[in-house]
Amino acid sequence: MKHGKDEKTTNLAFSDVISSRLGGETINLCYQCGTCASSCPVAKITPRFNPREIIKLTLSGEKDEVISGDAIWLCCSCYNCQERCPQKVEIADVIYALRNIAVKEGYIPNIFSEFASAILNDARVVKVSKFVETKRPTLGLPPLQPTGVNALRKILSATGFDKLQQKKEEAT
Amino acid sequence: MTSYALFLGCTIPARQPNYEVSARKALAKLGIELVDLADMTCCAPPPVQSIDLETSLSIAAYNICLAEEANLNIVTLCTGCFESLAMANAMLKADKQLKARVNRILSNAGKEFEGSKEVKHYLQVLVEDIGTKNLKQKISKPLSNLKVAAFYGCHSLRPSELLKFDDPERPRVFDDLIEALGAESIEYRNKLRCCGGLLRGYSDELALELAREKLVNASKAGADCIATLCPFCFIALDLGQLQIKSKFEEEYNMPVLHYSELLSLSLGIDPKDLALQSHKVKVDKIVNKVS
Repeated sequence: MKHGKDEKTTNLAFSDVISSRLGGETINLCYQCGTCASSCPVAKITPRFNPREIIKLTLSGEKDEVISGDAIWLCCSCYNCQERCPQKVEIADVIYALRNIAVKEGYIPNIFSEFASAILNDARVVKVSKFVETKRPTLGLPPLQPTGVNALRKILSATGFDKLQQKKEEAT
Repeated sequence: MTSYALFLGCTIPARQPNYEVSARKALAKLGIELVDLADMTCCAPPPVQSIDLETSLSIAAYNICLAEEANLNIVTLCTGCFESLAMANAMLKADKQLKARVNRILSNAGKEFEGSKEVKHYLQVLVEDIGTKNLKQKISKPLSNLKVAAFYGCHSLRPSELLKFDDPERPRVFDDLIEALGAESIEYRNKLRCCGGLLRGYSDELALELAREKLVNASKAGADCIATLCPFCFIALDLGQLQIKSKFEEEYNMPVLHYSELLSLSLGIDPKDLALQSHKVKVDKIVNKVS
């Protein structure tokens, strides 16, 4: 799949871009019933997030608004919406697909950028400090096994994940 | 003895020795052997899925390959790890094209995903390998008079089509396991709603509001404690109480325990051996009720 320029062709083609991506396959099944929004714990507490609205904007080709906005990052990934959707739209997964495009275009929130660096450096999202590691025997815990950081770097390089990180560094 | 490859993940060893210690001790006492494999990595949870789904599937598959090489099924303690690995395992087993795509990526690291193993949350191991009735018989210190608010967390249950853990709208597995320890698993408002854990770091404000709702509802229902299955839910509700206290000037003083800690206590494991000092909200009143 080619991204970038191709995605900017026509506004209406944006939903097709999403439906051809991993996670986004089901977006065109949405008939805007709003079951997702009424099942969403985040939508209940803030007007900044509404899954039905995100799908609607995406279907109407409002790519820039969706990709550069704050809303896609406010999904708490609880999958309530997806579980209850009568049309079997994989809403949480569609939001992942939208985030993936946002990241490719340089819109990556700092916290996610930190996660990416942590994985590239240590093969862990949360680093285990030397202090905590040396305390393990006193709690009766076995030593931690080494992580497969070298294998992981090969995987990250094959998928271009390591370059996504570079893109962010260029953008900042 | 039943053996599993333990997928420990990163949050538990980095921040929650209490979870790891209690889970290892309780499972050992119940005859489940945990094997620590070398070279496991991050499971590729939602933050990685957010950056690139194809990468996250490949990382999860890489870890499953290590278990396949060791000829072991995987058990996870973290619900986030469970979701990432079980979801990838189910997707790749079901979709040949996706499996081929991921295997092309994995070949760079000298691995090939076969799809020959299972990924289980440790609650599934308790139910399937020990059985709720058998577990009940092994309890030496029943948690009588303890009202527990079970908190499943989102990623033990959903997406249910892939995880196949329990009914996503009316789950019972966790409640039954709490009652097997002699405690009462109470009903409370919006029991299955999210703790907000994954919004921490991006929007702490919204994350705290969701955690606060859990604490309000569990308190109103008269819970003595909340029981969790996931290190993120644990942080959201335990550390979260200190943050809610300073932000909203509200104090809940609600002990939050991992189910493995309640299980360990009821199996008669000495509370002194359970790293209980790692809790932000003290759990003394729960421990005193048990011993």
